[in-house]
Amino acid sequence: MQTKMKESDPILEVENLFASTDNLPILKGVSLTVYPGEIHAIMGRNGCGKSTLSKIIAGHPSYNITNGDIKFSGENINSLEPEERSQSGIFLGFQYPIEIPGVSNLEFLRVSTNARRKFLNKEELDTFDFEELVKEKLELVKMDQAFLSRSVNQGFSGGEKKRNEILQMALLEPKIAILDETDSGLDIDALRIVASGIKKISNAQTGIILITHYQRLLDEIEPTYVHVMADGQIIKTGGSDLALELEKKGYEWTDNFVKET
Amino acid sequence: MVNENLVKDVVKEPYKYGFVTDIETEKIAKGLNEDIIRLISQKKEEPKYLLDFRLKAFKKWQKMDEPDWAGLGYKQIDYQDIIYYSAPKQKEKISSLDEVDPKLLETFDKLGIPLTEQKKLTNVAVDAVFDSVSIATTFREELAEHGVIFCSISEAVKNHSDLIEKYLGTVVPASDNYFAALNSAVFSDGSFVYIPKGVTCPMDLSSYFRINSGDSGQFERTLIIAEESSSVSYLEGCTAPMFDTNTLHAAVVELIALDDASIKYSTVQNWYAGDEEGVGGIFNFVTKRGKCLGKRSKISWSQVETGSAITWKYPSCLLLGEESVGEFYSVALTNNLQQADTGTKMIHIGPKTKSTIVSKGISAGNSINSYRGLVKMGTKAAGSRNYSQCDSMLIGDQASANTFPYIKSQQPNSEIEHEASTCRISEDQLFYLQSRGIEFEEAVSMMVSGFCRDVFNQLPMEFAAEADKLLALKLEGSVG
Repeated sequence: MQTKMKESDPILEVENLFASTDNLPILKGVSLTVYPGEIHAIMGRNGCGKSTLSKIIAGHPSYNITNGDIKFSGENINSLEPEERSQSGIFLGFQYPIEIPGVSNLEFLRVSTNARRKFLNKEELDTFDFEELVKEKLELVKMDQAFLSRSVNQGFSGGEKKRNEILQMALLEPKIAILDETDSGLDIDALRIVASGIKKISNAQTGIILITHYQRLLDEIEPTYVHVMADGQIIKTGGSDLALELEKKGYEWTDNFVKET
Repeated sequence: MVNENLVKDVVKEPYKYGFVTDIETEKIAKGLNEDIIRLISQKKEEPKYLLDFRLKAFKKWQKMDEPDWAGLGYKQIDYQDIIYYSAPKQKEKISSLDEVDPKLLETFDKLGIPLTEQKKLTNVAVDAVFDSVSIATTFREELAEHGVIFCSISEAVKNHSDLIEKYLGTVVPASDNYFAALNSAVFSDGSFVYIPKGVTCPMDLSSYFRINSGDSGQFERTLIIAEESSSVSYLEGCTAPMFDTNTLHAAVVELIALDDASIKYSTVQNWYAGDEEGVGGIFNFVTKRGKCLGKRSKISWSQVETGSAITWKYPSCLLLGEESVGEFYSVALTNNLQQADTGTKMIHIGPKTKSTIVSKGISAGNSINSYRGLVKMGTKAAGSRNYSQCDSMLIGDQASANTFPYIKSQQPNSEIEHEASTCRISEDQLFYLQSRGIEFEEAVSMMVSGFCRDVFNQLPMEFAAEADKLLALKLEGSVG
């Protein structure tokens, strides 16, 4: 948790968040504040609640917030629909991007981009203008134009799916991007492409939350803060050296931590 | 679990064509007997061979039983409680569109099918059928220049009697099935198309069928003949007002393709489907069949079925000519208490014949949506191939989807492939689209359109847009 004084207002504030699915508590008091320009890494064992936290911030309907608040640009968003959150600038990069048969990737990206542009009072793009824009963004993730004419994520390799996520992030220009294990299943080259894409998209106004198991993504993108999650709580927060230590000592090292207050 | 109520809202259907045109009609008495058939034939000033055709069909029909193998649930139809001929009162002879009752023109205007010279659709010729009669056919002179005959079947009986006598009932014999026999006995109007040898029809042809009267059935008959090396694309649209009674629609469509000819027949069927409790709606019992008589001839059916309380319909191809091709592309959407039992029959008779079946069924609400199809390879169909793909999509947890593929092969040297799948719109897919800023309703509609893409790609341009809109409309709810 950050207590330092910041010059600007936070983008995202998660305050003492408790959440459950099917009456099973998953998050047990998570607090996290992200300021513009910051990169937060969240690490932890499988099942510690990392992915749940990301889905709840994006508004997944399967989870109930039982206590606490999520604020985005100072506004409480607990009751907003997922599409409203996306339109206002929250982006979730999926760990397992979903296949949508029959819906062309190009059309999907265009409708999605226009929904965000409409919210920003920007002119919506027709197919031609959008193709221009998307070509430019394809460069960032070194994707071939052929991806655009295929169905959304259908038949994509693991690496292609992840790059497609970063392409969406590039098009939507979110204020905060939560990337859920974007590095998993990527080979070294694909990891570099994805990492460089993320770096090019982010800037001093955006916040990023990287959910990851591995140091190797953090070698490419240096986090401002590293949080360790266990059993639905953030149990330790530190700088980028915390990730290195974790890499060396393993999660067993964290087993004896008590939640820092 | 998907939020069921939200899904229900989204698939709620506003029916925009439910109005009734207040017009004076000429109706004959209810009931069905030989005298009624003679009366219909007399009103249409038919030659004797046609009256005989009707009477023979009626005799056969009387000996037949209503089919129940589809397991459709509906109240017994009282065939004596139906009016078999209903026509808007018009002047005896109409020489131009200006003499057509403005109320009728207005009706078709409202349906998006303007008929008058100033407003008519520019890229497609239309035959507009209102209850039992054809009101008007556009672009007749232009088509005549190419030798194309496009008119109501009643007119064809008068002016092209040789063709009618030669072909009527040769694809769907009167004894084919219960509803075909009924249609053969009492058919009133419909469209007739003749494309001469070597002619590619210069524009799409289209018929628009409108049921207006609540107590009369519609029994249209369509006959399309494509001579050697000719081709035509034909479109058909249907709507009806909202009545709380059921109206019977039993049509017969016959297509004949000679050597190297091709016929593409597309339907967007949006008859009134009844209300949420299943009250009212059209009983749509239709026999559609094409005969690929010539070598390398091709008949392609594409249909988007969204309306009717009950749909019972199997557009089929008889592949006689060597290397002839049959295709069937279908989207059937059912909601509330609708029942659809639709599919095709591909009968491979000649050698090296080919058929493709792509069927997409979407069931929402408490509806039942079944694909029923037959692929048959006859003894002489050596080197023939069939590919079938039947996909079902379920929306909500009360709807049902069935697939009944029948395969019969008497020819070892032939290939039959069948693929089938069932899917449900998953919460994860919806969340994925929503988390990209796409609203729930649009997300559902995008996925449904995506599911139907293979079929929409087969529809003529204007129709594909209309079909997409129609599905979106059907999926439009109280949200947004």
